[in-house]
Amino acid sequence: MKPKHQRLLLAVIAVFALIGAGLIAAAALREEASYFYTPTTLASANVAPGKAIRLGGMVQKGSIVRAPDGVSIIFTVQDKDKTQKVAYRGITPDLFVEGSGVVADGRLGADGIFIADSLLAKHDENYVPKELADIDMNSAEHTKDTLSK
Amino acid sequence: MHRRLMHRFANPARFLRIAKPLTPWLLWMGIALTLGACLWGVFFTPTERLMGDTVKIIFVHVPAAWLGMGGWTGIAIASIVQLVWRHPLAGVSARAIAVPGATFAAICLITGSIWGRPTWGTWWVWDGRLTSMLVLFFLYLGYIALSNASSEKGDTSRVAAVFGIIGAVNIPIINRSVIWWESQHQKASITLGGSSIDQAYLVPLFVSVAGFSLLFGALVLMRMRTALAEMRIEARMRRMADY
Repeated sequence: MKPKHQRLLLAVIAVFALIGAGLIAAAALREEASYFYTPTTLASANVAPGKAIRLGGMVQKGSIVRAPDGVSIIFTVQDKDKTQKVAYRGITPDLFVEGSGVVADGRLGADGIFIADSLLAKHDENYVPKELADIDMNSAEHTKDTLSK
Repeated sequence: MHRRLMHRFANPARFLRIAKPLTPWLLWMGIALTLGACLWGVFFTPTERLMGDTVKIIFVHVPAAWLGMGGWTGIAIASIVQLVWRHPLAGVSARAIAVPGATFAAICLITGSIWGRPTWGTWWVWDGRLTSMLVLFFLYLGYIALSNASSEKGDTSRVAAVFGIIGAVNIPIINRSVIWWESQHQKASITLGGSSIDQAYLVPLFVSVAGFSLLFGALVLMRMRTALAEMRIEARMRRMADY
């Protein structure tokens, strides 16, 4: 075997070993590296009430209920299978609308309602001009499902 | 056949004969397309249904992300060619890519942060996509420091080449981060299967990606020519010192 072929073989082996190591590491991180729980993963995770976690999903259509005080809201986060009620007190982001994504920092209350300390809006991968979307700005229509699973 | 093709450019003189006239073409075409696409994107695209006008930062953010990741892919390929085939231009090109690549990775992070504040409500989160992109930027800094510390002028050391190959692990991780893990960042809009970006944004976006890519190519060629010139100066100085 010529030295050049030896080096090529070594490089090929090294590249495959690297890809393998990367995939194994990524698979091991699968749960740990997720930025938030979805209602489905939260339901099966047995998270203790009061523990700081993040919850993400879609804001269910028609679920936002604003309290008379003007700053408290209750809404439902959903993914494909499950839903989770969320309570939040504060100013919501501009993109926080029904039918769009949301990521909430907070914890589960003893009553099973998720108490959010902060809300982040999650935009989906669709980019649609305003005039083409025959919907008003308070509701987003989605052609693709933004949640995995 | 492929060997003959590759070694046709092994001679720097031959490479320079092509690179020299190619550089201004890439540079001016790149500048024209980039400027045109950005003006088109900012002034002649509609507002987005949810994000409004902030969507227009996409015309810088996406090309920067593409070149930041493409740059490291280039470094990894050049590093393999350097280690296996000992091609004299491979190391030079890998080093030439590093600084523009790092710059575009930084532009991607900065524009993403500016975009995140009004759309998500935060400058930064430590989700899979943002974190792996930041790691790419740090890898670039590591590669630049390592190749500068361990190399002769212009040429690249084997340590740096190995680092360039190992660092490539991060590229598929960045790409898959929004699929494998729940993330604040949305999933890919442009995939092999198609695009979920409306034509009104997609066309200027492609022009912008093409423009920035040509610009990137021009920068890399300029840096390669500089490195080759430095190597020649060094060689001449050594010869003169020998007399």
